Amino acid sequence: MASKVIHAIYNDDDLLLQAVKQVREARYHIGEIYCPFPVHGLDKAMGLAPTRLAITSFLYGLVGLSVAVAMMNFIMIEDWPQDIGGKPSFSFIENMPSFVPIMFELTVFFAAHLMVITFYMRSKLWPFKEAENPDVRTTDDVFLMEVDAANHNIDDLTNFLYDTGASEIKLIDNK
Amino acid sequence: MYTLSSKLKLTAIIFMIVGAIGLIYGFIAAPETVEEVKEMMASEHHGEGHAAEETAKINVEQLPGKNVATQNIEGYESETAHADEAHAEAGHGEEASHEDEHYEHILHQLQNKPWAALYVAAFFFFMISLGVLAFYAIQYAAQAGWSPVLFRVMEAITAYLLPGGIIVFVILVLSGLHMNHLFIWMDPEVVAHDEIIQNKTAYLNVPFFLIRAAIYLGGWAFFRHLLRKNSIRQDEATDDVWFKKNFKLAAGFLVFFIVTESMMSWDWIMSLDPHWFSTLFGWFVFASLFVSGITTIAIISIYLKSRGYLEFVNDSHIHDLAKFMFGISIFWTYLWFSQFMLIWYSNIPEEVVYFIQRIEDYQLPFFGMLITNFLFPVLLLMNSDYKRVNWFVVMTGVVILLGHYLNVYVLVMPATVGESWFIGIPEISAVLLFAGLFVYIVFNSLTKAPLLAKRNPFIKESKHYHY
Repeated sequence: MASKVIHAIYNDDDLLLQAVKQVREARYHIGEIYCPFPVHGLDKAMGLAPTRLAITSFLYGLVGLSVAVAMMNFIMIEDWPQDIGGKPSFSFIENMPSFVPIMFELTVFFAAHLMVITFYMRSKLWPFKEAENPDVRTTDDVFLMEVDAANHNIDDLTNFLYDTGASEIKLIDNK
Repeated sequence: MYTLSSKLKLTAIIFMIVGAIGLIYGFIAAPETVEEVKEMMASEHHGEGHAAEETAKINVEQLPGKNVATQNIEGYESETAHADEAHAEAGHGEEASHEDEHYEHILHQLQNKPWAALYVAAFFFFMISLGVLAFYAIQYAAQAGWSPVLFRVMEAITAYLLPGGIIVFVILVLSGLHMNHLFIWMDPEVVAHDEIIQNKTAYLNVPFFLIRAAIYLGGWAFFRHLLRKNSIRQDEATDDVWFKKNFKLAAGFLVFFIVTESMMSWDWIMSLDPHWFSTLFGWFVFASLFVSGITTIAIISIYLKSRGYLEFVNDSHIHDLAKFMFGISIFWTYLWFSQFMLIWYSNIPEEVVYFIQRIEDYQLPFFGMLITNFLFPVLLLMNSDYKRVNWFVVMTGVVILLGHYLNVYVLVMPATVGESWFIGIPEISAVLLFAGLFVYIVFNSLTKAPLLAKRNPFIKESKHYHY
């Protein structure tokens, strides 16, 4: 038997936030919520784990810094320590101030770009990806909450969602 | 209402007394004549001789050919050492006069030591309250919604502005009266032999210098007085007229401030090295005073909160202050590095001596600053959760304040005491003295008004501020 989900549509983000709290309190499982814009506090209300994207960014930044240091050290100090305009190229530290702009930029470059790519990969976004949108109106002005019907009584669940203020409730066969 | 605990009061007074005693000792211990310097140097000859050898060695390495005669090196050495003092009257060839000149040079440095220690500490605590006033005015002018609950703390810190400013002014007047040699351009004998300073006397002369200082201090104190008065009046008002007045005053102050702050940094700090100039110096000093001010707001707020006086200040407010500490620390480093790297890179002799002196004689504080003022806050305050941990913010704040004391120290000391620097009794005592005075005035001022600005239009938003 294919699993069933209920799509409950709300017209207001405050209503949605309240509904999320009630649904979680009643121990129903929220599969997904589709919003036209970020609703402040929705992730907290849903109990989603905080993102670790910032941590990856910090680590990518360290990678960028290491790449810059290793590159400049090899090129300017080890491989061909030329005298360019009297800059001291005997050791890395002696000529370091002139490498700092590159070290800084590469740190930012790695931190920013690799984090963005991580974000795309983790949220499965790419060109030509087929949009996963259960209802076109969710990109404009309605909020859609997907609740697992699982082995709950469909009528009870429908009534419950109706009481939370849903303006439309649909039972959907999940693929 | 806040009541000043007798413990805090006593601690502040003890700090002041101990600091004053140490400072007086510093003034007494400073040598008066060249003979005393010779005696002092003889008693600690080992250390001194060693240091002298080391600098000579460094200079040998820097000279183009390795086989340069020692005589030349000595000449080179003393020339660089005396360049600032410009004691051109002594003949360069004679050994004996050279030695006397050397001792006289050291004498001036040692006589400057307690004065410079006093000046650094006086300026450091003064700049904290000035930085807080700038931050306070920005909060008003930007109509920030999060900070009004902290306004009374900021106002209390700026209470130090006037007394602290008067102390700095008195030190400047005493310098103008030739009680010390902090500003060598104030010495007519030096100016007489120094064409570079002669060309700057239109700006760098004692009366104009003191008039300028009076204008800056008078202006800042005036704005502070009005802002505070209007803020208190707003508590009892029936409309927002005082708030609107303060909004305009704050905007006016910020314009006045950025001009006078820049000139203040030329006058009070850059003119210590009258042969040297840097265009971003005003910003550099601003960043230092701004971050010290914000850090002090955070530390005092956390202290008051821990005593149960600021129940409406929550972790989000501390988080915001910590973000400012983090951001402005990076801003300070950006300016520090921009100034250093541009001069290091072009390596123009008349500019680069400033950093050569600091790197050779002040290596530890000069580069240590980067750890305390940049690395430490960046690594500790990067994490969003850490910015809410109060003891973390206090610990980082203390390190930042130490670092910015060092910053002022490295700005002032090389020009006044040169290689004779040491963080000893006079320096620590001066910090204790002003720390005691600062704490006493600030916490005394906190008792003068309720800790929550009542009718500020943003106070409700601020109380419920949540990040």
